[in-house]
Order: sequence, then structure tokens, then C-alpha cells
Amino acid sequence: MKRSFSSFMTRQDMVGFAILAVVIFVLLPISLDTFRLNLFGKYLTYAFVAIGLVLCWGAGGILSLGQGVFFGLGGYCMAMFLKLEASTPENTSIQSTPGIPDFMDWNQLTALPAWWEPFHSLAFALFAVVAVPVFFAFIIGVAMFRRRVGGVYFAIITQAFAAILTILIIGQQGYTGGVNGITDLRTLKGWDIRTDEAKEILYYVNGVMLFVVLFAAQFIRKSKLGRLLIAMRDQEDRVRFSGYDVAAFKIFVFCAGAAFAGIGGAMFTLQVGFMSPTLVGIVPSIEMVIFCAVGGRISILGAVYGALLVNWAKTTFSESFPELWLLGLGALFIAVVMVFPNGLAGVYSEHVAPRINRLFNKSAADMAGAKTPAE
Amino acid sequence: MSDKSKSITNTQVSRRAVLAGGAALTASLFAPKHLRAADFPTEAVNTTGLAVTDDTVTIGILHSVTGTMAISETGSVQAEKLAIEQINAQGGILGRKIEYIQEDGASDWPTFAEKAKKLLVNDKVASVMGCWTSASRKAVLPVFEQYNGFLYYPTFYEGLEESPNVIYTGQEATQQIIAGLDWVAKEKGAKSFYLLGSDYIWPRTSNKIARKHIENFLDGAKVVGEEYYPLGHTQFNSVINKIRLKKPDVIYAIVVGGSNVAFYKQLKAAGIDMTKESPIVLTISVTEDEIRGIGGENIEGAYACMKYFQSLENENNAAFVSAFKEMWGDDMVIGDVTQAAYLGPWLWKAAVEKAGSFDVDKVRAATPGIELTSAPEGYVKVHENHHLWSKTRVGKAKLDGQYEVVFETADLVEPDPFPEGYQ
Repeated sequence: MKRSFSSFMTRQDMVGFAILAVVIFVLLPISLDTFRLNLFGKYLTYAFVAIGLVLCWGAGGILSLGQGVFFGLGGYCMAMFLKLEASTPENTSIQSTPGIPDFMDWNQLTALPAWWEPFHSLAFALFAVVAVPVFFAFIIGVAMFRRRVGGVYFAIITQAFAAILTILIIGQQGYTGGVNGITDLRTLKGWDIRTDEAKEILYYVNGVMLFVVLFAAQFIRKSKLGRLLIAMRDQEDRVRFSGYDVAAFKIFVFCAGAAFAGIGGAMFTLQVGFMSPTLVGIVPSIEMVIFCAVGGRISILGAVYGALLVNWAKTTFSESFPELWLLGLGALFIAVVMVFPNGLAGVYSEHVAPRINRLFNKSAADMAGAKTPAE
Repeated sequence: MSDKSKSITNTQVSRRAVLAGGAALTASLFAPKHLRAADFPTEAVNTTGLAVTDDTVTIGILHSVTGTMAISETGSVQAEKLAIEQINAQGGILGRKIEYIQEDGASDWPTFAEKAKKLLVNDKVASVMGCWTSASRKAVLPVFEQYNGFLYYPTFYEGLEESPNVIYTGQEATQQIIAGLDWVAKEKGAKSFYLLGSDYIWPRTSNKIARKHIENFLDGAKVVGEEYYPLGHTQFNSVINKIRLKKPDVIYAIVVGGSNVAFYKQLKAAGIDMTKESPIVLTISVTEDEIRGIGGENIEGAYACMKYFQSLENENNAAFVSAFKEMWGDDMVIGDVTQAAYLGPWLWKAAVEKAGSFDVDKVRAATPGIELTSAPEGYVKVHENHHLWSKTRVGKAKLDGQYEVVFETADLVEPDPFPEGYQ
């Protein structure tokens, strides 16, 4: 299987992918109970966002501080479907208007808003999970990149979008659930997503989706487009003078990042069982950039490890030191930035990869020669 | 054996201390019948695998100690720890000392859900004292219902909920609102009301109930305005101008958190002197804790409708306030929610002892009808709908940041989370 990807993957990449696959599909499931596994499943949903950020920021030089928007939109699309399924007239018979989500009833809505109607369909919801974030990313991208807004200005504007969306969600609580978010999600097409068994299955689904996204990201990076992105990051004007439509490439990669984030958001909703505006705003958006930075913004695999490490540290510190954990986490970030400016991926490529290479070259030179003649 | 004799002395010491006005909530109800672990073998009192050993029982404390809500929730954590310490000093529950595992919800609702699950699944805690905002409660509710946990929730809230897995030790909305409106209409002759709130479910639901009550039950009274502002909003000048234009008798304010500080300061700066009571300011969202942020001089003269004020004069409260200050420092103030949080461990203790078991199903069955004569707010009783029968009280804010109690309902007010006619 893996060999068919060799055209866009070096041996090192393949080793990295294989190790990650072992970690996600073997090591974590056998070493963790369902509760912890579900937590790691949640951490991995942030990895989707971090991978998108590696493409946008690490490769394309576009720093978005608003990826939470796309994560949230994807998550809300999924949550809307699940909420409608949970709000059957029987389940909500206590309300003044049975059959609509509980928060609408609390806010004196007496009918389901028209734009909620399509979310009765799972197919539409799944489509929306990707399409809605991409649509918004496209609008933002066209508005910004066509006008050559970049760098720090772009970052600030994406922050503003995160703030706007949060305010909108909180303000329109009759339609969105407000501060509480959309809670108490139960079943997916009749399948109870809250059981331990379901959590394990969702974890694997999440893992598979993550690899699909990883391969997509790898493909983008190794394609001509990926090289152009790096060229744009380093010398945007030269790329433009060479006749390329810089804005179009930026819009594309920004949309790709949004699509990844949307998928991550949907997986988050499925595994955690609710969606709330606290995952949309400025703080989570910046946190997601931190995952990416800790992992190393140049490496898509590093981003996954970064998301895992930071969130694991967050959980562990806060369980052991409920009142001091933020300081510990802050110290971790400072340490990473000061000692390993390229994040985990930097540590890997400087210290670990050379050793692996040596190992390979010594013992498997013939194997490499036989299996990957292209090299 | 030595254990037994030690705990007996403990009881005596604790009774003496109480008489001396030192340690705490007493216990005319609990202290005399001292329960020994030996009479309650672990396998009998714990059939569902909770964290109960022969001499300890573990519960969870789940509040925000970091993030924006920490300032509000810290009081609840302190009160719960005080109650636990006092219960342990009296010999614990069914002869077992309470140990607690504290988790930080970090003012973040998904974190609350994660930690709730950790406490129930990993730590197998027998009950949880926790949550503050409705959003955090909504986030943990499915977790508690799925894993059959038992949550004591301290905050006054909007109602519209009655979970088999939650005991609501604060007031639901009607308990806080109706008596206060009746009082202001009767005592102060108020006819026109301006409703104001932060924009989320609790103020909106509360104002809905207030509006229905004003329009349907108060003779000739009317609502002249109703407005909401985003959480954290700090510019209230435009609404203050509208209020001056409409000249309502009462400003009914349900502004929360940091917005409070801005609102009352701007109200004062705009020349509305609350001590002159024209208009009267009536709030259900400012406890003694919030006044610390607002400043007594900015809110002096406003009325708040709560079930508990630190200044309540009764023996239970005197003991509670002094024990709280002894444990956490003299500069502490105690607000309504802090007191409600303090009730949690005591209510749980009473229910467990009535049930003779830590099993959640048995504790739940034993809970309705539980009475506390020793509560700082006075006598309370648990209703079948898992809320408390409590009195409603009106306090007038003083310069020193305390409230002077000016009114209390004669009887306990029945909790009614799904009020007919107010939907």
C-alpha cells in the first residue's frame, strides 16, 4: 500500500507516517482505557487544525489566528444535525413547543428556523461540515489576498473574524444555543455515540480521517503547488513576477486549511458530545497556533505530535495542580521556544532523523535500493 | 479500636467548640448520633464500585480556579472545603472521612465535561460538588446522566431543568424573582419596571418570568423597557439615558460579571443616586462577592433579591461566618452562592445517612424530604424536584459592601423549575 505513495513521499516521510500510525492505532489504544483514549481522540481533532496551519503558515507564510472559526463551523454543522436528531417530539415533550431543540424553546422560538431544516439530513450535514468552512475561508481569502493583505494584518483580521463569530453565536442564542452551545447530543442515525464502544469506534474513525487529511496535506506539499507556496513565503514578488497568480494559491491553501479544521470540528463534536462558542473564539484559535508551533510549523507530522503533547500536558498538569497548571504550561511553551525554536519537528530532524538514517544506511542499503529505485 | 475512641472524643470536642462559637455548623441534628464505619461494611454501603474504602469516601470538587470565572467560583470551592472539613471533624459520613479530588474546569465548558468524566469514570467519586455557570452545568449534564454521577450545583439559575443526577442547592428563577417583585410593588408602590440584563439564558429567562409576573400579577404595573447586552459589555451610557427618559420606578438589573462594575459606576456617574430610590435599583445578580469588585460606594442603596446574605442574623450563620473567616481569612465575604455551595456536602451527608448507603440510586431515592435545620440561611428542605425550599430575602446594599436584610418571606418558597403561566 504505502509504496504507491513513494512518488510523493521520501523514505523518511514514510517512516514518520508509519510511526504515527503505530502510535495512533496500536500504542494508544492498548495502553489507555476508554476514557483516556477518548481524550486523546479529542486532542487529535485539534491536530486537523494544526495540519491546516502547517500548510497555511509553515509552508505558505499565511498566519491565521482564526482557525477556531473553521473548527467551530464544522463542529456546529455536525452538532446541528445531532441536536435535531436528539430533539424528537417525544424527547422534548416537556417544552412549550415539542420537537425543536431545547434552547430554542427557552428563547421563545416556536418553530424551527428555515436554515436549520436542511440539517435533518446527515448527507447535507456532512457536506456542510466541509463546505461551510471552505465557503467562509473563500470569502475571507478573496477579500484579503486579492487586495494583497498579508502578514500581521491578515493575522489581525482573522482574529477579528473569530471575535465576530463568537459574538454572533452568543448573541443569537435562540438560533445557536448561545454561551451554552449545543449540548446533550445523543445519537447518530440511531447509534448511541455516548457508549464506550461508540467512543472507541469514533476514535478509530477519527484516526483514519486524520490520515486522510495527512495524505492530502502531504500531497499538497509535495506537489508543484506546495513548492510554489514555499516560494511565495520566501519571495512573494518573484513568484508574482514569474506570472503566477499568488492570490489564487493562497486562497486555495487557506480553504484547504479551513476544510481540515472543519473536519476536525465535526470529529470533536462527535467525540465530546457538544459544541460551544468557547471553541470558536480568539483564545482557542491562538492555542491551535501554539500546537502547531510546538510541533514545528514546517512539519505536518510534527503538528499532530504538537497537538497531542500540549493537550496531554494541559490535562496532566491541571489534574495534578488544579491551581497552578497554567504556569506549568506557560513554562513549557517558553522552554520549547527558547530551546527548540523549530518545535518537535526540529528536534526530530536535528537529532533523531540522522540516527535513523544512519541505521537505515548501514543495515538496509540494499533494501532501499531495491524498493525505491527512484531514489 | 483506638480509632473508635478517638472519634468519640472528636465529637465531644466539636460540640464544645460549637458552643464556644468556634467551629461550625452544628448539629443538633447530626452530632449526637455518631456513626461508626464498622456498622456499615463497605461491601454493603457501596455496591456500585465507588471510591469508598473502610475509612474514607472520595468526592469530587469541580469548579473553575483559573480563567474568568475563578473569581466567582473560588468562594464555592472554599465553602465546600470548609463543609468537608467540618463533617470530617464530626467523624465523617457513615464513619468514613471525606477525601476530595479537586479538578479545574478552567472557565471552559468542554474542560468541565472532560473533568467531570474523569472524576466519574477514573476516580469513581461518590458525588461531585461543582459547576457555577449554566453553560458548565449543561456541558457536564450528559456526562452525569450517562455515568449516573451525582452533582450538587450551587448557583441560582434559570430553572427549566430537573435532572435525576443533580441537586440544585441554589434558587431556580421564580424563587428569586417573584417575592422580590411583590415586595417592591407593595412596599415601594412601584408601577413601572425597566428590565435589563446580560445576554444569555439566565437573564433572559429571569426577565421573561419577571415580565409575566409584572404584567399579569401586579396591579397596574408595566414594563417600560427590556434590553440585553453582551457578556463583558462595559458601555451602559446609552441605556442609562433611555432609563432617565422613561423614568421607571424600578431598574431591574441582571447584569453579570465584569459588566456589573461598569454598570453601577456609570449609573452613579450619570447622577442616579441609588440611596434616593428614584428609581429603585433591584438586582438578582449582585452578591457580596460582586460588591467587592463594584465598590460599596457605587452601589449603596440598591436592593438585591437573594436567599442568603452574609449579614443574616441567626446562630447557624454566625457560626458559619466565623468558621469561614477562620479558615480562609478575615477579609473574606460570603455571597449567596457560597452559602448554597456550603450546603452541598451537608445535604449529601444527610442523604447518605438516611439511605445508609453511598450508592447513587439509593442516595437519590433518599434525597427528597431531606431537611437541614443547621443551614446558615436557616431551615431548608429538598423538594421532590431536586431543588430546595428556601426563603426569599431582599437586602439593601450598604457602603461597607454588606447587605442589610429588609424583607424576608414568611414561609419557605416552593421551587418550581417549570413554572406554569410564566413560560
